[in-house]
Amino acid sequence: MNTKRIVLVLKVLLWLGALAPTVWMGAGAIFGWLGANPIEKLEHVSGMTALIALLATLVVTPVRRLTGWNPVIQLRRPMGLFAFYYVVLHFGVWMGLDLSLELSWITEDIAKRPYITVGFTGFLLLIPLALTSTKRSIRRLGKRWVKLHRLVYVAPALGVVHYYWLVKADVRIPLLMAAIYTALMLLRVPGWLKGRARRASVVERSLAKPVEGREPGNAMAVGAID
Amino acid sequence: MIIRVRKPSDLSSSDITPEHVYVNRRMFLKQAAASAAGLALAPAALGALERSGPIRAPQQVDYARLKSELGEPVNSYKDITTYNNFYEFGTSKSDPAKNSGDFHPHPWTVAVEGHVKNPGSYHLEDFLAPYKLEDRVYRMRCVEAWSIVVPWRGFPLADLVKKAEPTGDAKFVEFTTVMRPSEMPGQRTGVLQWPYVEGLRLDEATNPLTLLVTGVYGKDLPNQNGAPLRLITPWKYGFKGIKSIVKIRFVEGMPHNTWWVTNPREYGFYANVNPHVDHPRWSQARERRLGELRRRETLMFNGYQDEVASMYAGMDLRKWF
Ligand code: HEM
Repeated sequence: MNTKRIVLVLKVLLWLGALAPTVWMGAGAIFGWLGANPIEKLEHVSGMTALIALLATLVVTPVRRLTGWNPVIQLRRPMGLFAFYYVVLHFGVWMGLDLSLELSWITEDIAKRPYITVGFTGFLLLIPLALTSTKRSIRRLGKRWVKLHRLVYVAPALGVVHYYWLVKADVRIPLLMAAIYTALMLLRVPGWLKGRARRASVVERSLAKPVEGREPGNAMAVGAID
Repeated sequence: MIIRVRKPSDLSSSDITPEHVYVNRRMFLKQAAASAAGLALAPAALGALERSGPIRAPQQVDYARLKSELGEPVNSYKDITTYNNFYEFGTSKSDPAKNSGDFHPHPWTVAVEGHVKNPGSYHLEDFLAPYKLEDRVYRMRCVEAWSIVVPWRGFPLADLVKKAEPTGDAKFVEFTTVMRPSEMPGQRTGVLQWPYVEGLRLDEATNPLTLLVTGVYGKDLPNQNGAPLRLITPWKYGFKGIKSIVKIRFVEGMPHNTWWVTNPREYGFYANVNPHVDHPRWSQARERRLGELRRRETLMFNGYQDEVASMYAGMDLRKWF
């Protein structure tokens, strides 16, 4: 198979996997398998899927680095957008079903409940990322795009804290998520160190003689956000 | 389950127990009738009914159609038995129904200990024998801001306290859940300190609302609901309702209840339902009644203020949450 075909197959699998929770929730709502508290069930499934999707998005770059297979990077944007979709769904269920769109209840919870405040912050941070996920934005924003999209490291951390704070006593799965997040961040450290060294040497060389113009958009879209 | 009753018209007014204590008019009459006949109301755990008294006709109670004294319909048997907090069987709501199959509530022994004139250790059957079981519909409000309406079957804890005859040193009652890690997978984890412990002040224990429960919907308690014996205090958050009780101890000092030990900032000893005192992590002003879409206002003492408020007169309920 050529690379294009492999990427296509991976994308199809990604779509199937990413939409499965939505299908499960929709079917559950119709056939009544969401249990005695269906709203809470929807909140849990959407929240869990959102967090897993955010963490999965962070897996792509280390995989690329470890395997050396660059095309895998093409899965990163759809994964990030699926994560955003589930956060929006999660927020929508909470606001629309759990709190019945009662503005005073919503603002009270966001202001007073630390786990909600943190989750809400995570949601807000993801909005500009989703809005600037187009090729055009990447090109237009250049270096600022790279900086902005570093927020993908912050949002899952907030998601993990949110999860840790909302459980009553059983912190095992939140801690597992925290461990996975930490591991995914640690895997990036060597790359960052190398990148810094490379940039430093580029600066030194550029002081010696001017470099030819690179194409910032592509370079950044593919490599600069780890 | 068959419940035998006299016709309501056979009742004399002296049979009447305060109505608010009971389910609804219909159930109340049945209970009054049953006790008037000197009869236990279908002691399910015993499996048989006394055959005495002027019983009229066997009658099937349609538990699903019972209502609380506020007119709230009971939740379905399925909701009550598949949505449970019982960490001994796992921490998600569906775990207890799934993981409690290996639990054996029979034979069962209950110990009554501490500052009492009549301590003892009993087989469940002997333990239950002296008491009259009644059906009562109560609201249950969980600290997690959901609630459910349940037709319990049990007997007033006050009856047991009277028999045990606490001495002057007994100020509190401490309850302990069975410790069986081989049958309770949750006890093989460190999620909480096992065994689970709960407690009541002596006056709370003898409040007429407080029940030792052996059944739900007219049937024996399923394992996931705390078989074979659990506590119900409907004006308190659900975690006070300790399940699968093996020890009832009369003590002088305030018992160290499990959730308080786990997180004293978030869970108190009293745990009275109180819409004005929020849990640090969620509002207690409202609750979702299972089966309803919109949250409803939480009632002070879960709607049982007439029966219980006087016990807390003068107490700062913010401090003693
Ligand atoms: C980065 C964004 C977010 C992530 C990754 C996230 C993730 C999660 C996770 C993993 C759970 C637990 C699921 C389970 O127990 O199975 C959860 C529960 C929940 N989340 Fe979020 N969440 C996010 C944002 C939000 C926002 C914005 C809100 C509301 C403003 C919210 C409200 C809730 C609520 C109410 C629950 C259920 C709490 C309970 O069961 O008591 N979350 N979320």
